[in-house]
Amino acid sequence: MARLVVLGGGVSGHTAATFAAKWLGSAHEVVVVTPNAKWNWIPSNIWVGVGQMSKEEVTFDLAPVYAKAGITYKQAKALSLNPEGNATSNKPFVTIEFTAPGKEGTTENIEYDYIINATGPKLNFGATPGLGEGSNLGEHTVSVCTADHAVHASHELEKCIQKMKKGERQKFLIGTGHGMCTCQGAAFEYIFNIEHELNRAGVRDMADIKWISNESFLGDFGVGGLHMKTMGYAVSSKIFAESLFTERGVDWIIGAHVNKVESGKAHYELLDGTMGEEEFNFSMLIPPFAGVGLKAFDKTGEDITTTVFAPNGFMKVDANYAAGAYENWKASDWPKTYQNPTYSNMFACGIAFAPPHPISKPMSSPNGTPINPTPPRTGMPSGIIGKAVAHSICDKILKGENAPLHEASMANMGAACVASAGKGLFNGTAAAMTIYPVVPDFDKYPGTGRDTDYTFGEIGLAGHWIKHILHHLFIWKAKLKAGWTLIPE
Amino acid sequence: MAGKKEEANIKAYSQNFTTMTPGPFAKKMRTCVIFQIIRFIIINLKMLVVVSKSH
Ligand SMILES: Cc1cc2nc3c(=O)[nH]c(=O)nc-3n(C[C@H](O)[C@H](O)[C@H](O)COP(=O)(O)OP(=O)(O)OC[C@H]3O[C@@H](n4cnc5c(N)ncnc54)[C@H](O)[C@@H]3O)c2cc1C
Repeated sequence: MARLVVLGGGVSGHTAATFAAKWLGSAHEVVVVTPNAKWNWIPSNIWVGVGQMSKEEVTFDLAPVYAKAGITYKQAKALSLNPEGNATSNKPFVTIEFTAPGKEGTTENIEYDYIINATGPKLNFGATPGLGEGSNLGEHTVSVCTADHAVHASHELEKCIQKMKKGERQKFLIGTGHGMCTCQGAAFEYIFNIEHELNRAGVRDMADIKWISNESFLGDFGVGGLHMKTMGYAVSSKIFAESLFTERGVDWIIGAHVNKVESGKAHYELLDGTMGEEEFNFSMLIPPFAGVGLKAFDKTGEDITTTVFAPNGFMKVDANYAAGAYENWKASDWPKTYQNPTYSNMFACGIAFAPPHPISKPMSSPNGTPINPTPPRTGMPSGIIGKAVAHSICDKILKGENAPLHEASMANMGAACVASAGKGLFNGTAAAMTIYPVVPDFDKYPGTGRDTDYTFGEIGLAGHWIKHILHHLFIWKAKLKAGWTLIPE
Repeated sequence: MAGKKEEANIKAYSQNFTTMTPGPFAKKMRTCVIFQIIRFIIINLKMLVVVSKSH
């Protein structure tokens, strides 16, 4: 009997674990180690953050789902990996620390034949003074990165709405809280959902809403922007983003590294080196992401963390980490199999794998401060990669160690994204987009780097309906309800 | 005031002076249920093509 251990039960790890359990059957064991008792459909946190959904609507208990799937569930967080075993055994193992009530703080070593690291991001609030401490959100801003954060954000928003109703003008500042953030799409959704809710509450005229981000142009989204075919033109996402911001009366600051946050004020440095500050009554700033801080040790107990993980804490996989300057970047730098180059039974998927380099062009201010989006790994690629990795491992277990690995390169994969711009059955809107491939391939598609036959976007009510249907479909799939395997990632 | 409401947010030589802005017809169509049902079908088909190219 082989044992596969999946670290992280989020979008990518849950996909990998559930497919592996289905393909392996009861002859082999799948173990999931994840610190939370509940699964969270993170994209819908945006609607929780404006009071349009409850925490219960975007989360569900993992234990019954894993029991149904025959998956061993450990409510714990992984601390370290021993890919060569230790002095007394050659069997690789992972050390975990339980987070489940009653067992908090106790540790256990779990031996494995294969391991998938799908631990997602550490929300690195501590990287910006005043934004938070370590992975904990500070007191000056709100967040929508977890369901609990989003509930708190909706309460703060409601307080602002009440103040506006009493005639007190409010300033909203939404965007990224550091020069090296990703996930601009989530902040984009949140700013327009807030604008929509303020309209609904009849207080829009009492609000000044401003965007602040590390993008060098509006609409970069961490993917270097995208060109969409419209009316026979290939039109940059910059034009569409600027158009929407203008239409909805939202100002923007771009190329900004937020370097300090205090009560009611954010300080920032711009790409041209100038410094500025922006006051706010309500602010949601996405933190930068890092790896969750797993350590690795060899058989002798020596620390080999830098062999297994990149400096940002994400796990090294089959990517080209030596590509160098932007001019040298190639689509082929991006990983295909997500196998660790040192230990062939270790894989990483979703946000947990170390990308070879950003997708957007690296930039820095004359003071040397890097200010550019880091690469996003959104839901669809995270799911597809999780499934491909599970497939590779299952083939190795079922067909033999030499079974070929499955490939899922982000340079050869598209993504469908639906960015909400306001919730409502008849007055909601969302930007529905597809991008192919996610990582531009300028050799294959000179000019825009993408196939404009498969890269498109439009805003409207239909996008909102799709977003709402996807909410229910993905929770249905994650709960492993009838037909779950038919719903694509 | 003879200007169009949809264009009122644009400020001369500000950061939003060089973008495009939708007129009343384009905005109406975004939430026109009949039109959006058609768009719903088309967007889903387009997304399915991209999804099938990616798996
Ligand atoms: C507000 C918001 C809105 C978003 N909206 C969209 C959207 O509309 N569309 C889209 O495609 N994407 C969206 N995304 C991105 C999407 O959520 C991510 O792409 C996706 O969650 C990544 O999956 P993952 O499995 O890599 O990470 P996660 O889903 O974050 O899962 C990581 C898991 O690992 C667990 N973990 C952490 N540390 C450890 C440890 N030490 N040991 C074990 N487990 C650990 C975590 O608890 C978590 O369960 C959004 C993100 C945010 C924050």
